[in-house]
Amino acid sequence: MALLEVTGIETAYRDRLVALHEVSLGVDEGEVLAVLGPNGAGKTTLLRSIAGLLRNQPRKGAIAFAGQDVTRAGAERVARLGCGYVPQDRALFRELSVAENLEVALWRRPRREAAADLHAVFRLFPVLEERGSQQADTLSGGEQQMLALARALLRRPRLLLLDEPSLGLAPQVARAVFEVLREIAGQGTAILLVEQNAGMALGLARRALVLEAGRVVLEGSAHDLRRDDGVKRAYLGLGAPGGP
Amino acid sequence: MRDASDVIRVLGVLVCGLVLAALAPDAWLVRASLIFIYALAVLGQNLLMGYAGQLSFGQAGFLATGAYVFAHLRSMGAPFLLALALASSVAALAGVLVGLPSLRLRGAYLAVATLGFGMAVYHLLAGSDLLSGGRTGLAVPPLALPSGMSRTVGLYGIALVLLVLATLGVRNIVSSYVGRAVVAVRDADLAAASLGVDLARAKLTAFAVSSFLTGASGALLAQFLGHLEPQGFTMTESVTLVVAVVVGGLASIPGSLLGAVFVVLVPTLGSGTSWFVPVTYGLGLLLVLSFQPEGLAGLLRGLRNVLRDGSSR
Repeated sequence: MALLEVTGIETAYRDRLVALHEVSLGVDEGEVLAVLGPNGAGKTTLLRSIAGLLRNQPRKGAIAFAGQDVTRAGAERVARLGCGYVPQDRALFRELSVAENLEVALWRRPRREAAADLHAVFRLFPVLEERGSQQADTLSGGEQQMLALARALLRRPRLLLLDEPSLGLAPQVARAVFEVLREIAGQGTAILLVEQNAGMALGLARRALVLEAGRVVLEGSAHDLRRDDGVKRAYLGLGAPGGP
Repeated sequence: MRDASDVIRVLGVLVCGLVLAALAPDAWLVRASLIFIYALAVLGQNLLMGYAGQLSFGQAGFLATGAYVFAHLRSMGAPFLLALALASSVAALAGVLVGLPSLRLRGAYLAVATLGFGMAVYHLLAGSDLLSGGRTGLAVPPLALPSGMSRTVGLYGIALVLLVLATLGVRNIVSSYVGRAVVAVRDADLAAASLGVDLARAKLTAFAVSSFLTGASGALLAQFLGHLEPQGFTMTESVTLVVAVVVGGLASIPGSLLGAVFVVLVPTLGSGTSWFVPVTYGLGLLLVLSFQPEGLAGLLRGLRNVLRDGSSR
């Protein structure tokens, strides 16, 4: 049984604008699944539907996480079951310091465990330890992304929902973030990754699917999709007339 | 209190308060008492508006709840401290009930909902002789003080001690996990929820503590005035508390105290004119929002930094 099972969900905004049509997917323990697609395809809506951030959505279908039905469950319940979410805008607590942002994620954690977890995330993101007292909104884009990731990791998630982790980052910083994601995945955390940078996403994921206009139009192993001409043209910037 | 410097600060404030009580004329003590009493309500409003980001225009309702529950309990013979504790607790309960819509509403919608509560309490009091004491108002029995201590000095001392306790309490809350969660919910509620923060609990805690402090302020105000009328708890009081928070400094404890000084002293400067207070409040808001968004607390912080940099050169 998959860690996350999404079965035929339909999500609509204001009950009129249908953003997802009959979307189904599964993520196994420790697996990385990439979701590709153009802007407006419904990728972020998919993550928000799973994370429980859309009131009374999805209106059809079912979502099961860790063997429990979480369809239309609130974000707090989904989070407590071990599903972490890092949104596109990172949603840092801007007036809190780096250390205080991390503290919020450590609620009710015994002191010794909390210290061990903090040590583990500081090993992944040493810069956060150096900037502990700095206000979150004064960090650089890359540091903010690292803080958002670290905060989610402190919840010890079994599954991480990541929305465009490379967005707005310099290529070198984006590569560094993906290196950390590779390490996180290597430690056994499953990742559902929404990413515009298809090259990077397919480099990290084992499987991938393509969303278009709210529908899954393509699904397969990352290896196969990297070789698919349609995907190459549409998402990798390869094979287009006049292209490389 | 977290360390020795806190103890020294608190002792310093209390010693200064004692010296002022011994040397200052009664008129100063009366004014200082009013500042301390208002500061409790401004602290409450700031916790809600500044730290939790919940805009409330209904604080006069909590002020009135605290004042009238206190006055009735005192009239029934309840000791001062018991009446104060119960009145503040009833206001806190009202805060939780009023806070329930905050789980669904935000911004202007929440402001209107809380405004409705403030107006409902006022009209309930104005329309009920049983609650408000009718045309003659509601008298509050005087405080039993040690022999030789004047009423002015007694109330001044009580208000000062309660303000010190409330300030320490609010500071402990905002630097605790609960405080971080409240600020996290203000800054990014969905992100906080996806980190497992209980949004309802964080928001309702902010409402409860805020209205507890406002209720305590109302109770002390009742004892201070000795006589209550519903006209003392109109929307103007709610607006005054919002002005105090913005002018003093949002999400700032020193700002709450400075805001209380502002809204208590401004009316005394222009007591002969009807336009002076609203115009000064309006100008104060405009100036702060345009040039000093961190309020008087930010100004004070800037001044302190300049002095520190100057002395370190």
